[in-house]
Amino acid sequence: MESVIKYLWLMPTAPLVAAGIGALLPRRQRLLSAALAIGAISFSFVLACAAFLATLNSGRAVSNFRWFDFGSTSVQLGWLLDPLGAVMAVMVALVSLLIFVYSLGYMAKDENFTRFFCFLALFAAAMLGLIIANSLLLFFICWELVGLASYLLIGFWFQKPSAAAAAKKAFIVTRIGDLGFLVGMLWLYDRSGTLLFYDGGHGCLERAVAGGMSSATMITLMIFCGAVGKSGQLPLHVWLPDAMEGPTPVSALIHAATMVAAGVFLIARVYPLMTPDTLQVVTWVGAVTAVFAASIAVAQSDIKRILAYSTVSQLGYMMMGLGAGGVAVGMFHLTTHAFFKALLFLGAGSVIHGCHEEQDIRKMGGLRRRMPVTFAAYAVGMMALCGVPLFFSGFWSKDAILDAAQHWSVSQAPFYLGLIGAFLTAFYMTRQICYVFFGKPANREAEHAHESPPVMTVPLIILAALAVVAGFFGTPAWPWFQSYLQGGRAEFDLSKLVEGNQSQVMLLSAGLVAAAIVLSGWIYGRVASRPARDMDPLEAAQPALFACLRRKFFVDEFYDATFVRLTAAFANFSDWLDRDVWGGLVRTVSWLVLAVARFNRGVDESVVNDGFDAGTETVRDSGKWVSRLQNGQVQRYLRVIGLAFCGLLILLLWGAQ
Amino acid sequence: MTTPLANYLILAALLFAVGLAGALTRRNAVLVLIGLELMFNAANLNFIAFWRFNPHPEKLMGLMFVLFSIAIGAAEAALGLALVIAIYRHRRTAQVDQFDSLKG
Repeated sequence: MESVIKYLWLMPTAPLVAAGIGALLPRRQRLLSAALAIGAISFSFVLACAAFLATLNSGRAVSNFRWFDFGSTSVQLGWLLDPLGAVMAVMVALVSLLIFVYSLGYMAKDENFTRFFCFLALFAAAMLGLIIANSLLLFFICWELVGLASYLLIGFWFQKPSAAAAAKKAFIVTRIGDLGFLVGMLWLYDRSGTLLFYDGGHGCLERAVAGGMSSATMITLMIFCGAVGKSGQLPLHVWLPDAMEGPTPVSALIHAATMVAAGVFLIARVYPLMTPDTLQVVTWVGAVTAVFAASIAVAQSDIKRILAYSTVSQLGYMMMGLGAGGVAVGMFHLTTHAFFKALLFLGAGSVIHGCHEEQDIRKMGGLRRRMPVTFAAYAVGMMALCGVPLFFSGFWSKDAILDAAQHWSVSQAPFYLGLIGAFLTAFYMTRQICYVFFGKPANREAEHAHESPPVMTVPLIILAALAVVAGFFGTPAWPWFQSYLQGGRAEFDLSKLVEGNQSQVMLLSAGLVAAAIVLSGWIYGRVASRPARDMDPLEAAQPALFACLRRKFFVDEFYDATFVRLTAAFANFSDWLDRDVWGGLVRTVSWLVLAVARFNRGVDESVVNDGFDAGTETVRDSGKWVSRLQNGQVQRYLRVIGLAFCGLLILLLWGAQ
Repeated sequence: MTTPLANYLILAALLFAVGLAGALTRRNAVLVLIGLELMFNAANLNFIAFWRFNPHPEKLMGLMFVLFSIAIGAAEAALGLALVIAIYRHRRTAQVDQFDSLKG
């Protein structure tokens, strides 16, 4: 444990160095930059595994250091190793490693390959730093760095105006949440005097916040604002679907598996600070987001956007799990979701790659035969996401959340919202699978789709395996994950599967999922085999509702009409103020200064200059006249001296009398 | 029997005036030099006269002074003539009023 914590800082530093070197490499050094990034993340992965093994036996280790002093106080940062961070670090490093490898194939033809790997490594460094930060400040720094990396990578194809706009949108929208985070952090510092999480009994998580419950609630709500922005919860979810403009590996890594989960991780990290009131808010926001985003996903036709709304929805589940059930419930879903959502995104990337950059699911179809590996992996991911019972990780983690929601003392509504969300999830995923992989190809591109190279399919297979296996670590029969996080030891007991309340919840959700899959398969299985696939059956049945869903409940339009327009109006007002009022003032002053300067120039030119000119002219003329005396005739000089001598003599003689 | 000091001094003054007039008015450089030598010897004559009428003529101070002065004067005359010859070689003339390259 001690040796691991000593070298823990290498975990984010290795990718950071790789990013730094990668930034300096010329563009043609493609292999070197990729090798650097992959090597660095492999090293981080090994270190994360070592850290993980170290936490199996002992609970928590910290290593703090002083950053700087001001006055009598000093700002301390530190590294923290505990089960929560270790499991997250392993997950992030592993998923990053797989996605880095996948990117080798996916980005092979991109001319900015080197830059891509530089940014990826930067992201990995920031994310790993965030995970092992033992200070809310360090956490915040890394949090902003992942935001920056996300911005850079969404806008990676900045030639596309939509990508550039999406990058800006992501950055600005998350910034709104981050402002809350910053305020909460400062407030917390004001109340507790330290931002270290753990500091031998003095950390901010180890003591109650001074000022009582209400101020703790406000602080945690502020911090939750940051999580809302980063994790795409209502009402700041709008950036995440747009972020799909980035390259697909980026969507998989940042906007599905790791960075967006950072918000959930933040709440899990500061869980000791959370008050019941805050947790209630967290639960409600999560539950509403889960259903809201899932219903939007039903009507989308872009393969990545469906997955993006699915991510928003699943993040809602995680928040709900955190709020209603605690750290273990939320973190378990975070971990399993990371694997299967990365799998789904990489599968989508493979599909897009195979269909020559086509993203509209209506223009695909019949890919099952042409891309068998991708199809198999995607099906595993889809079943894991839907929560198909027993063999898929999503089932276990989602049911843990639903179970927790059912036992929530405040209200049963999140439980029912969660059930609706589960139904919708299964529905839209089946719809997507039908459109993409079943039926007949919709056009020539889909007909000529090809399987992706092994460098892309092998990460898919590994992730598919993980998407299955990860679930077994947190089943009710063997709650290893939960007890690991809480520092206990798990007992294997099959009877817990069938006893009590949880089995009912499982049966209920399994029934819902089955119903959704059958219904969706029945509706869309027929559509997919039809040649004309433009009209969605739901659209035919409920045009108004479908249009509403397709337009994402008009949230973007609402924001455009209110906040964006308000901001624009305020900007116009500021522009007017700046241009006409302050600018006018400045112009008046400058005009006055100019007038004074003109007057000064007049005085200078006509009085001072001309006066000096006249004076110097006189001096020069007299000098010319005097210089005639020096004519080089030595005898003349001598004569003058002689005359002067005589004159002097006469003067002396005359004076002597 | 003895001639008073004033006579020597008047002679020296005349000699000096003649030398000065020569130095100031002659245009030939050699003659200017001769004028200079006259003025120089007028000064030497004064030295000798003052030494002779000194209360302690046995100390030979004025005599020594004049001997040195004559030696220096000889060197100076040689130098002056050398300069004149150099200038002559250079400018093909010894007319002093034509040497005006020192003018500003």
